[in-house]
Amino acid sequence: MTAVGAPQERAELAPLVTEPERPAPARRSPRRRGRMASWLLYAALAAVTVAFVYPFVWLVSASFKPRSEVFDNKLIPDTFTLDNYVQVWHEAPMALWLLNTVIVTVLATAAVTVSSAMVAWGFSYFRFRGRGPLFGLVLATMMLPGAVTMIPTYLIWNSLGQVGTLTPLWAQNLFGSAFYIFLLRQFFLGLPRELFEAARMDGANQWQVFTRIALPLTRPALVVTALFEFQAAWTDLMRPLIYLRDSSTFTIPRGLKAMLDQFGFGGEWHWEIVVTASVIATVPMIVLFFLGQRHFVEGIATTGSKG
Amino acid sequence: MRRSETRAAWLFISPWVVGFLVFTAYPVLYTAYLSLTDYDVINDPHFVGLENFRTLMDDPKVALALRNTAVFVVMSVPTHLLIALFLALLLNRAGRASGFFRTAFFLPKMTPPVAVGILLLLLFNGQSGLINRVLGSVGIDGPAWTTDPTWVKPGLVMMTLWTVGGSVVILLAALRSVPQELYDAARVDGAGWWRQTWHVTVPMISGALFFVFIVNTIHAFQSFTEAYTAYFGSGNTTYSNDAALFYAIYLFQQAFQFLHMGYASALAWLLFVVIMLVTLVQFRVSKRFVFYEGEQR
Repeated sequence: MTAVGAPQERAELAPLVTEPERPAPARRSPRRRGRMASWLLYAALAAVTVAFVYPFVWLVSASFKPRSEVFDNKLIPDTFTLDNYVQVWHEAPMALWLLNTVIVTVLATAAVTVSSAMVAWGFSYFRFRGRGPLFGLVLATMMLPGAVTMIPTYLIWNSLGQVGTLTPLWAQNLFGSAFYIFLLRQFFLGLPRELFEAARMDGANQWQVFTRIALPLTRPALVVTALFEFQAAWTDLMRPLIYLRDSSTFTIPRGLKAMLDQFGFGGEWHWEIVVTASVIATVPMIVLFFLGQRHFVEGIATTGSKG
Repeated sequence: MRRSETRAAWLFISPWVVGFLVFTAYPVLYTAYLSLTDYDVINDPHFVGLENFRTLMDDPKVALALRNTAVFVVMSVPTHLLIALFLALLLNRAGRASGFFRTAFFLPKMTPPVAVGILLLLLFNGQSGLINRVLGSVGIDGPAWTTDPTWVKPGLVMMTLWTVGGSVVILLAALRSVPQELYDAARVDGAGWWRQTWHVTVPMISGALFFVFIVNTIHAFQSFTEAYTAYFGSGNTTYSNDAALFYAIYLFQQAFQFLHMGYASALAWLLFVVIMLVTLVQFRVSKRFVFYEGEQR
C-alpha cells in the first residue's frame, strides 16, 4: 500500500519497505465494498458541488427572467429576456461604477504589490539591527482589528480633503500590507543568496539586484499578491460606504448596495434589476479566478501552512 | 553589517515604516484619545474622561450587538471548521477528479460579499425562497429566515458557509502533506478509517486546523458586509433588523452615520480587547491540542 497514492518523493522508499510481501491494499480489499465506498464518495462530492454552484446558476437564470418570474425558482426561464441587461444600465450609472472600480482596483493592486515586495525584500535580504523586532511588529499589525484604526484614518483623509474621492480606497496600499509582506518575504527567503552576492560582485547596485534578479524570480508570489488584492479591492464594501458620498463616485459593491436599497427593500420592488447587477458585479471575479486558478489555490494553501 | 547595507535596508522598508507610523501607530493612539472625548468631526474633541465607557456599559444596543456577535461566532466558527474538514477529507480521497471539485467548492469565495448578502435575501426568503421550496418538497415548513429574529442568524451562518472554500483549500493542502507511512503503520495496527482520521489525520493537520479556527474567529467577530447588506439600509431609505445588528455594524453606525466618533472609538477599543482576550485563550488552549511537526512552526 505504501506506493499507492503516495506522493512522488516517497516512491523511492517504497521498494525497500514493501517488496517482499506486499499486503493487499486494505482500502480496496473487499472489492465490492470499495466500489460502494467510492460511489458514495462521488455522490457526496456531486451533491456538495450542486449546493455550491447552484446559487450562481439561480442568479444567472433569474437575471434572464422578467420581473414577475424572478422568484419562480425555475432553472430554465419560462420567458427568456435580455431586458434586464438593457434596463440595468439605464437605472443606474453602472458603466461609471465599473470604471471607478477598475481604477481603484488597478491602483490598489499595483501599489500594494510593488510596495510590499520592496518591504519584504528589505526584511529578507538585509541584516540590520532591529530587524527581528521590527518584523515582529509587521506581523503584530495583522492581528489588529480594522475598527481600531478606522476612525483616525477617516479623519486623516478628511483633513486632506480626500473624503468623497476614490483616493482613500487605494492610497494606503502605497505603504505595503503586512500580510503580503509576510507572504513575499517567505518567498524571498527561499531564493539562493549566492545569486545576489554574485550580482553584487559584478557591480550591480542594491536596487538592480532587487528589480533585475529578485523580482523576476518571485513572479509566482507576486501574482498571488496581485490576485488576492485585486479580489479584495473589487469586492470591498466597508471603505466605499465610509468614504464615498456621491453616487457618481461609487464602486460596484457600493452601487450594488445602493440598488438593493432602492429596488429591493427600498420599496420599488424591482428585484430583477438587483439580480442582474449582482451578476455583473460577480462575473469579473469568476473570470479572474479562472485566469489565475492555480495561483489562487496555491496562494491560499501556503497561507495555511506558513501560519 | 556595513553602514551602506543598513541604509539600503531602511530605504527598502521605508514605505512600511511610514505607513505604520501614519496609518497604524498614530491611529491606535488617537483612537485611545478620542475614546475619552465627545467628537462629531465638526467641533473640536471635547474631553469627557471615562464617560463613553460608562455610556457603553448601559447602552442596550451594545449588549445586543455583543450578544448577536457572540451567537454568530459560536454558531459559525465550529460549523465552518467541521464542514471544511469534512469537505477536505472528501476531496483528499477524490483522486484525479479532486481538482474539478476543489474549483467548484472554491468558486463562491470569489463572490463579492455584497452579492452574498443579496443572495441571502433571495434564497432564504420565507415565502418564495429556494431554500424553503426545497424544504417544502420534503414536507418541512421552512421558517421566515430573513424576518423572524430567531432564524436571522442561522440564515446568515448558512449563507456564509457557502464561502467555506478557502478553508477547504488550506486543509486539503495540509492533508496532502501527511506522510503516507503513518497511515500504513496505523493500518498495520488495525486502525480503521475513523480511528486513522481521529488519531493520525487530525493531530497531523492540527496546525492548519488551528490556523483556520483562529482566522475565522477573528473574522467572525468583525463580520459586517453580508449582514449589513441584507438587513441595514443607508441613504434615503432606512430599514434595520435588530437580530442582525453585529458589533461591527453598530460601530460603523455610531461612527459614520451618527458621527459619534468619540463613542465609536470607545466601542472600537472594547472590540479590540474582546478579540485579544479570545485569541489569547485560544492560543493557551491550543497548546494542549496542536502538534507541530519538527521544523515546521
